[in-house]
Amino acid sequence: MLAKRIIPCLDIQNGRTVKGIRFEGLRDAGDPVDLAQHYALEGADELVFLDITATHEQRDTLIQLVQEVASVLDIPFTVGGGIRQVSDFKTLLRAGADKISVNSAAFNRPALIREAADAFGSQCVITAIDAKWTGERWEVYLNGGRQATGRELYDWASEAVSQGAGEILLTSMDADGTRDGFDISMTRLLSQNLPVPVIASGGAGSIADFADVFTLAKADAALAASVFHFGEITIPTLKNALRAQSIPIR
Amino acid sequence: MISIIDYGAGNIGSIVNMIRRLGGTSKIVSSPDEILGADKLILPGVGHFDHGMKMLSDNNLVEAVKAYVQQKERPLLGICLGAQLLTQRSEEGTMPGFGFFDAEVLHFSKLPNEENIRIPHMGWNTIQFENETELLKNLPENPRFYFVHSYYMHSNQPSDVLCTAAYKTPFAAGLHKDNIWAVQFHPEKSHKFGMRLFQNFLEL
Repeated sequence: MLAKRIIPCLDIQNGRTVKGIRFEGLRDAGDPVDLAQHYALEGADELVFLDITATHEQRDTLIQLVQEVASVLDIPFTVGGGIRQVSDFKTLLRAGADKISVNSAAFNRPALIREAADAFGSQCVITAIDAKWTGERWEVYLNGGRQATGRELYDWASEAVSQGAGEILLTSMDADGTRDGFDISMTRLLSQNLPVPVIASGGAGSIADFADVFTLAKADAALAASVFHFGEITIPTLKNALRAQSIPIR
Repeated sequence: MISIIDYGAGNIGSIVNMIRRLGGTSKIVSSPDEILGADKLILPGVGHFDHGMKMLSDNNLVEAVKAYVQQKERPLLGICLGAQLLTQRSEEGTMPGFGFFDAEVLHFSKLPNEENIRIPHMGWNTIQFENETELLKNLPENPRFYFVHSYYMHSNQPSDVLCTAAYKTPFAAGLHKDNIWAVQFHPEKSHKFGMRLFQNFLEL
């Protein structure tokens, strides 16, 4: 049976991880390559590197980092952040990324998804969507939640899939950072209605949150950052607990 | 020395890296002569079936791979699309495959889908051993490998099927005949079990 995936996410700036990370026994917790290996050994099913670098010059650092990560990592990894055109996909895939996550640029020009899927296959095109509850519906936000679009979540997600997105990475702006759990209803909306895998993100605080997002929200994968980085939940502990609840886990 | 065919369809870096970590050596090959002279050959690949066949054919590699295989002694391993190309045909395209296996490639979407199962089949799935093989030795029962595909291999020869996986339907996750092996999953992305598979391939 296909396993539910546990995906740690690393925020990268200028080739370094930026969120405070506390691990014992790591030489350099700010080194994404060391961290990536650490997570792979612990049993992470995939990794996501989110580049929050703004400037063009620093993109070269990212490419170099992707090459280094690819040379040591033997699980799939995704790179996202600042992807604007098909040539960005090409550069990062060549450097060794397995999948590319695209957000605002795809929203502003959905044909980018189609072009990338045609060139490299849907399996490597993830559309990342940030959404927020307005009191009536979930609305898509851009630029890390700063810019409202007025567009309803499912409407955009289904267009992204019809353009060729192979996977949706869905972040709840309401839940992100709260550690109160994933947004179950919002995740369900997509996982129950889209024909592609859905990665739930935002709000992970406890092992029960992961169990809920898999069993109640039917997510295919769950992504989290700080609970893993701060060592509050280790991946082996999490996986054992989920297994004990008969959730299929690698 | 393992030769990995570069025909412009897919990322081969991770295969090179995994072989290197095992202490093996590999080189990337793209000419008929290099293929004919290989000791061990890997046909990787992701993407569209016809695109893959066309790239191989445009580079005059189809006949070279056939000639390599006909010598029966040296192994060929197809991975993902590279595995599917070794069958007779695919619903994804109209071009014929190599036809080494009496098998065809079908689309998951043509199966009934009561459970709203997603396509592609993406993630870590268990495989079940069907026939004994050196390529899958020293692995635990039902190991998990990483899959990413929308089309699956269906074999008409049960004795060729090394292992199966199930997603909507049981399908051939691995095929073997003579000196030819084919795996639908990505051993180069499958952590320690993938590494074991490559170790076994190095020892073939």
